[in-house]
Amino acid sequence: MPALADVERVFREEYGRAVAVLTRVFGDIDTAEDAVQEAFAEAAKRWPAAGLPPSPAGWIITTARNRAIDRLRREAARADKHAQAALLHAHEEPVEEGPVHDDRLRLIFTCCHPALATGAQVALTLRLLGGLTTAEIAHAFLVPEPTMAQRLVRAKGKIRDAGIPYRVPAEADLPGRLAAVLAVVYLIFNEGYTASSGDQLARADLCAEAIRLGRLLARLMPDEPEVTGLLALMLLTESRRAARTGPDGGLVLLADQDRSRWDRALIAEGQDLVRRCLRRNQPGAYQIQAAINAVHSDATQASDTDWGQILALYDQLLVIAPGPVVALNRAVAVAEVDGPAVALDLVDGLAASLDGYYLFHAIRADLLQRLGRSADAKAAYEIAIAQTGNVAERAHLILAKQRLPGPDGMADGQASG
Amino acid sequence: MKQYLLSIYHPDEPIPDAEVMEKIYRDVSALNDELRAVGAWVFAAGLHPSTTATVLHVRGDDVLVTDGPFAEGKEHIGGFWVIKAPDLDSALEWGRKATRACTAPVEVRPMREDSEAQA
Repeated sequence: MPALADVERVFREEYGRAVAVLTRVFGDIDTAEDAVQEAFAEAAKRWPAAGLPPSPAGWIITTARNRAIDRLRREAARADKHAQAALLHAHEEPVEEGPVHDDRLRLIFTCCHPALATGAQVALTLRLLGGLTTAEIAHAFLVPEPTMAQRLVRAKGKIRDAGIPYRVPAEADLPGRLAAVLAVVYLIFNEGYTASSGDQLARADLCAEAIRLGRLLARLMPDEPEVTGLLALMLLTESRRAARTGPDGGLVLLADQDRSRWDRALIAEGQDLVRRCLRRNQPGAYQIQAAINAVHSDATQASDTDWGQILALYDQLLVIAPGPVVALNRAVAVAEVDGPAVALDLVDGLAASLDGYYLFHAIRADLLQRLGRSADAKAAYEIAIAQTGNVAERAHLILAKQRLPGPDGMADGQASG
Repeated sequence: MKQYLLSIYHPDEPIPDAEVMEKIYRDVSALNDELRAVGAWVFAAGLHPSTTATVLHVRGDDVLVTDGPFAEGKEHIGGFWVIKAPDLDSALEWGRKATRACTAPVEVRPMREDSEAQA
């Protein structure tokens, strides 16, 4: 006997596909969303008594289409031009999935169109493909619900009125457009992994949604190595979630994590994808970052980490995706290979571009502390603490500052002299 | 087919020298030919500088006349196209060519369908 939980499961798994198919059929996102929601409401009434249909997704899509056509016919009869256009569109489009591309692929390219602001791209992707409610998205991004609702309405209005097309971009435009899609998925993941503000270190549901989208993209675009690379990167990062938080809820750095708590299944899957990328040999920024994480995953203790290989990967990453944040992360590997003094010189060279970034000051503080310059380290921790909005990160930095030899860096004169 | 307004935003200063202007005229003229050749051209115009603009507003029963332009700023609309395109991607493709030809930012805006019907 199916329960409401089954309806919910089908909703999670099939909402995006149903909205995508119906958006193609009706040429209009609002019509598609309304129809799919109506169909799920009908399913919640019917399925518990009548049982799950043989193809729940097919049932939802057919029911949604029929309901929408009934409604559009009523509205079209009242000379509603919008309804007439959608109805006309529906008669020209088959309900079946296109042979070449899954409709969800078209929908994600529409949601992540560069003519939409990044915040709108993220919200639309979560709403239309993930089936998250406006309230859930607003909560995840710490935005008032009416603000998020307005953002979604505006974005959908722009798609409709400006004529943002519902299709997978042509081959020539694909690299740039795909980069925007991957950036949105990775942004959702990162927002879930390290909330930029608020008291929750991890918002597991956003990570799960990003990984689900990553798996979907990897299935739909198996020949794009960066799609595989992004999925691998997310899986390998996610594998450390349990070890990343201590019993008191505080942040535990990679070097201090209890590696027995890492998720071996996710690591195996991520490493397998990284190996597949290596065989294809078309490196990109996500693939290299995944490879760096794969090297970390290989070490059963922090001291076993192959920093030489990690540094070589960062060298490669810096060529493909040059930028101060990559240079900062590379400096962390340099500290392990060539010592903290060499790394500090590199980090100090990045001050002009990274002065407002808390991690720059946190890494600098750690290097200064390792060089025995406690007073300088304390000052750097203080800037880092002032700049982070994440409660767990801040607590971790305050603890690190308190652990410095002191007061006022008593160890300073001896060690740095 | 939808219609889009492509507006060019020129900085008020400095005015480019003659050689630069000549190249812009040549490139814009070539773009107009291309738009006409594929049937995407509806209308295009270049405008005199914003210092020549006059603004009208309703004040009660009167209409107030003031020296323009309407919006304060360092850039003003310097010209525009109205084009026909099947979707935004196609309009943006024309916009890319327009911004290169004019060497100035271009804003692409969809026109309402009731105004398309009249065109």
